[in-house]
Amino acid sequence: MKLSIEQVQHIADLARLRLTEAEKQRYAEQLSDILDYVAHLEELDTDHIRPTASVLEMQLRLREDQARPGLSQEDVLGNAAETQDGQFKVPPVLGG
Amino acid sequence: MGSSKSHRCWGVKLTNLTDLSVRECLAGLRAGDFSSRELTEAYLGRIDSLEADIHAFITLTPERALAGADAADAALKSQDDPPPLTGLPIAVKDVLCLAGVPCTCGSKILEDFIPPFTATTVQRLLDAGVITLGKTNTDEFAMGSSTENSAYGPTRNPWNTEHVPGGSSGGSAAAVAAHMAPAAFGTDTGGSVRQPCSFCGVTGIKPTYGRTSRYGLVAYGSSLDTVGMIGRNVEDVSLLFQYFAGFDPLDATSVQTPVPEIVLPQSPDLNGLRIGVPQEYFIKGIQPEVEEGVRAAIAHMEAQGASAVPIHLPHTEYALPVYYLIAPAEASANLARYDGIRFGPRLGEGEDLWEIFTETRGKLFGSEVKRRIMLGTYALSAGYYDAYYGKAQKVRTLIKADFELAFEEVDVIAAPVAPTTAFKFGQHTDDPLAMYLEDVFTLPANLAGVPGLAFPVGYDKRGLPIGMQLMGPHFKEDLLFRVGHAYQLATDWRQKLPEITVPREKRL
Repeated sequence: MKLSIEQVQHIADLARLRLTEAEKQRYAEQLSDILDYVAHLEELDTDHIRPTASVLEMQLRLREDQARPGLSQEDVLGNAAETQDGQFKVPPVLGG
Repeated sequence: MGSSKSHRCWGVKLTNLTDLSVRECLAGLRAGDFSSRELTEAYLGRIDSLEADIHAFITLTPERALAGADAADAALKSQDDPPPLTGLPIAVKDVLCLAGVPCTCGSKILEDFIPPFTATTVQRLLDAGVITLGKTNTDEFAMGSSTENSAYGPTRNPWNTEHVPGGSSGGSAAAVAAHMAPAAFGTDTGGSVRQPCSFCGVTGIKPTYGRTSRYGLVAYGSSLDTVGMIGRNVEDVSLLFQYFAGFDPLDATSVQTPVPEIVLPQSPDLNGLRIGVPQEYFIKGIQPEVEEGVRAAIAHMEAQGASAVPIHLPHTEYALPVYYLIAPAEASANLARYDGIRFGPRLGEGEDLWEIFTETRGKLFGSEVKRRIMLGTYALSAGYYDAYYGKAQKVRTLIKADFELAFEEVDVIAAPVAPTTAFKFGQHTDDPLAMYLEDVFTLPANLAGVPGLAFPVGYDKRGLPIGMQLMGPHFKEDLLFRVGHAYQLATDWRQKLPEITVPREKRL
């Protein structure tokens, strides 16, 4: 299976990654090699096998609905590139 | 607690404090043979003299360590019963959060991130009295097998600085091997504790999935991530494990099964133990000395009373493709949070949010991380999900079943950790698939969730360590520790030191 540059660009768009032309070229080749390798799995018949998402046979726990102290606003905002009035600051999400 | 006789008879002033085991350190601190400040200064001195050669650390915190040491010394003096690990310095892999100390994950995208909270596993050892020397080097977001993917430069193997230390916990393994720390936290998602232990000749535990809290561990592959410990011997690792393992309500996949008290054997007797030897782990392409070393260790255990039983884990060869679909898929989701908004530097000019996302992520993630995000995104994307991610999850079921069947016949499984001893820098950097093959023997335990204990069983002709791993049923870390300790009682591989740790004037 050979990924095209257009496919690589599509994946990069989905993953929100800006790639250089050289990176796109390299990933097209390397990802194609890796996908060829993982195609090896097709030789196994898994029609009647259940998928494993977690190795633990457990159910998600519920906890009491009790308020607990969390991080302070200062702590939470402390690592942000830009903040204003106690909030994360970003450019307009819709329109301008 | 062991007697303090052993180090007293050496005479403290003549003894290198950095050569003492964890158990000896704790005994010496309790007996007042030396202070935590002396011990900590000895380690900071050792780090100072070797860090330029090894580069085990991303961040060093000497002031914090010395302040902690002084507080520990005060506690040792004033309290009748200070916490059990009071005054012991350790190192922490830089993917585990420690409040107030940068956590870079080996990435430029978290270059200036200072976590406001501490990982549960780290907090538990802090509560037990440890002090932290610094944060150790890692492949970016723990993705790699050599530390060559760290944005802060690779760690060098103390046994031969032209070789990699393994990864991703390569900084921790190298620090322990070079006696720059008595023990260090590592994490293991696909072999990241065991493989660097093998390459650096030290001992490390990859616990059962769910046994150690993932809270405060920066997520890579959430169904695979475990927090482990690297030390100089099984005794030290098991001692620390008891304090940081166990249920944590802050981790939704933490299990409530209690951690039993680990009582190590006094004798090397392994009578009645059934060791499974999986044929699929002794394959063509494995370095002959690695196979010989591991087989010799199994024969040694037989001489100690164990029986070796040939077994099959028939789906072993599929672990690599399964892992390299599941882990990148989970990573692509986990790493979506790095967007330049809430933490990390923000790149991209102008008033366009999309521009910030793509520019920040494109420029600040390294090439292996981007490769795995791309691979995972593709495996989860519309039209390919069933063929890749879905298929991998089904084959994961078969791999897990292999282990369940095997453990009906045997108590533990013994196998090489890696197909080779430590490779040279640059050997695999242009060929990701060749690098992934380094993990071929460690991935199955992560996919099945079973625990693994890695320790040295010999050295190759070039003097590089050979590692073996014991794998056990879920939650049977105590059994692995007992068997590993029995082996270490009867052998002395772990006591060999890399030449770099010996003062120049004392080298042969």
